[in-house]
Amino acid sequence: MSLAKVTQVKGLALAVPGDDIDTDRIIPARFLRCVTFDGLGEHAFRDERTGPDGKERPHPMNSAQAGRIAAAKQGVMVVGFNFGCGSSREHAPQSLWRFGFTAFVGGSFAEIFFGNSTTLGVPCVTLSKDDLAECDAFVRANPDVDLSVDVEKLVVTAGTKSWSASIAASARDGLVNGKWDPIADLLDGAAAVDQCAGSLAYVVGK
Amino acid sequence: MAKTLFQKVWEAHTVRKLPNGQTQLFIGTHLIHEVTSPQAFGMLRDLGLKVKYPQRTFATVDHIVPTNELKEPYSDPIAQEMIEALRKNTQDFGIRFFDTNTGTQGIVHMVGPEQGITQPGTTIACGDSHTATHGAFGAIAFGIGTTQVRDVLATQTLALSPLKVRRIEVNGPLSPGVYAKDVILHIIRVLGVNGGIGYAYEYAGSTFDNFSLEERMTVCNMSIEGGARCGYVNPDQKTFDYIKGKPYAPTPADWDAAVARWQSFASDAGCVYDNTVKFDGAAIRPTVTWGITPGQAVFIDEKMPALESLNAADRATAEDAYKHMKLAPNTAIKGTKVDVCFLGSCTNGRISDLREVAKYLKGRKVSPSVKAIVVPGSQLTAIQAVHEGLDKIYIEAGFEWRGAGCSMCLAMNPDKLVGDQLCASSSNRNFKGRQGSQTGRTVLMSPLMVAAAAITGQVTDAREVFKV
Repeated sequence: MSLAKVTQVKGLALAVPGDDIDTDRIIPARFLRCVTFDGLGEHAFRDERTGPDGKERPHPMNSAQAGRIAAAKQGVMVVGFNFGCGSSREHAPQSLWRFGFTAFVGGSFAEIFFGNSTTLGVPCVTLSKDDLAECDAFVRANPDVDLSVDVEKLVVTAGTKSWSASIAASARDGLVNGKWDPIADLLDGAAAVDQCAGSLAYVVGK
Repeated sequence: MAKTLFQKVWEAHTVRKLPNGQTQLFIGTHLIHEVTSPQAFGMLRDLGLKVKYPQRTFATVDHIVPTNELKEPYSDPIAQEMIEALRKNTQDFGIRFFDTNTGTQGIVHMVGPEQGITQPGTTIACGDSHTATHGAFGAIAFGIGTTQVRDVLATQTLALSPLKVRRIEVNGPLSPGVYAKDVILHIIRVLGVNGGIGYAYEYAGSTFDNFSLEERMTVCNMSIEGGARCGYVNPDQKTFDYIKGKPYAPTPADWDAAVARWQSFASDAGCVYDNTVKFDGAAIRPTVTWGITPGQAVFIDEKMPALESLNAADRATAEDAYKHMKLAPNTAIKGTKVDVCFLGSCTNGRISDLREVAKYLKGRKVSPSVKAIVVPGSQLTAIQAVHEGLDKIYIEAGFEWRGAGCSMCLAMNPDKLVGDQLCASSSNRNFKGRQGSQTGRTVLMSPLMVAAAAITGQVTDAREVFKV
């Protein structure tokens, strides 16, 4: 299986403020009533974007900027801390990716969300608190400027600004080498897997 | 060298080092349900792959099952489609399915322990963040995404990096009316909803030694609410006694060897933890959440925090929370009107929860302004409860007695809040919209506190209502 090398992701940026944004908010549970991920993109942040009266609420995902990202199918979401906490639903990164987001920049990410995104080839990079505040302010003030996430050099740049970024070494390695979906490597280890299985009493039925 | 349980289990299940530096970790037990598995089976078919060890994956249906409708087809055609997809997938690939007609269906995190599938020293993965529940048995258990469900189906392994281990010690007896739920809500309140990122939580101390397996499950279950993907308690005699005789327990011939093996996985005396946090069990009081994250919690007799008492980052989330919850800072949460009471979920839907509440509920009546439902987490729990006559106590008190499932914990079935109803809930998440209404409000608490709310129609102190 050959995958694209994700060395640099570049696109318009959208700031979605707030800490502890959980995956129920990103994709409410009623949209998990499905047997494929198709069509999830349009429901990303549904209940934040639409009020109980069915009318649009003021939310970054309803902005013209979000519309441009959706049209380009390329964009960077700038988020706060502990983004993607709660439920393990892969539907969350799937919905944002299908909407058009191809990278996330934030203060920190919940682990399962981070793993689910990486496996889609979508990097989640972190900035220091001060840098994140500056990056957030910059993208709001300069909606036409592309934000670039360089996964190889671990730097986020926009216009003349740049901030040093972090990501787990294994995720970076997988992304830049086109091995962000681990299935090929896991299948390669089949013989060693059988050996390990044979060494575990509960697996062999004791 | 002295090691933690986490390190020992990790080493025993390490297949090899992957090129990106991660570990290819063997997953001895894989649990699946109808919501996060269909796409994984789809990917498997697209790639032309088989299930490598079908006998090590176990399936049940929990999220979408209606709790007041037994007959199929369900009135919700999507629910019907999802259960049928799981039937087909498990049949096509030879996977054991604890289906609704077996008397063993239930929330996936209850089925594993009930069947004796959940054992010490094992690795367990499931496409559900509450998989840490199984850590109560001294297993390393964690939630995974759907692509990872595919990975386990196809290879019985995952690409993972090891976690750090934080020992959380709680010592001393709990006061009457204080439960395992209060302990974990308190831990999350103090350590934060993101305090556990990068960690496995090892729960220890005399409070945990004295806990039953079911109480340990309540705590491990909510590790993820504290940001920890995995939480566990070292196995002891209580663990072994719980497993003995269950359908998937080792046979009598293998039993002694199994116990010896399980004991060998417990953290060694003198092992090194990445850090340790200690709590005084006696200082914990009944705890309720007031906000939209499980960490936004207070003791029932405390006031909710004043905004100016919070740091800038927490203040923004708190302002959002107060607005959503329609509550005022620096006031008491006690006395807040309740519309719905939900007793159930993988956190608190076990037989011990139902028994404890029934003990106090006898002869009391649910407030006429409250809709109260009790949802046993599994069919086996429901059967046992009926056998003990607990269902009658609940029904007589005015609760609706339902069938097994996840129900109003996340409202993927017809059990939902309506409008801005406030729900006193024994579940695990108070996120905005979690219980099925965008403006619905959730207050998390122990099962007995839910019962007290049902009777009085308000968030209240169960110790006073029931003279505990």
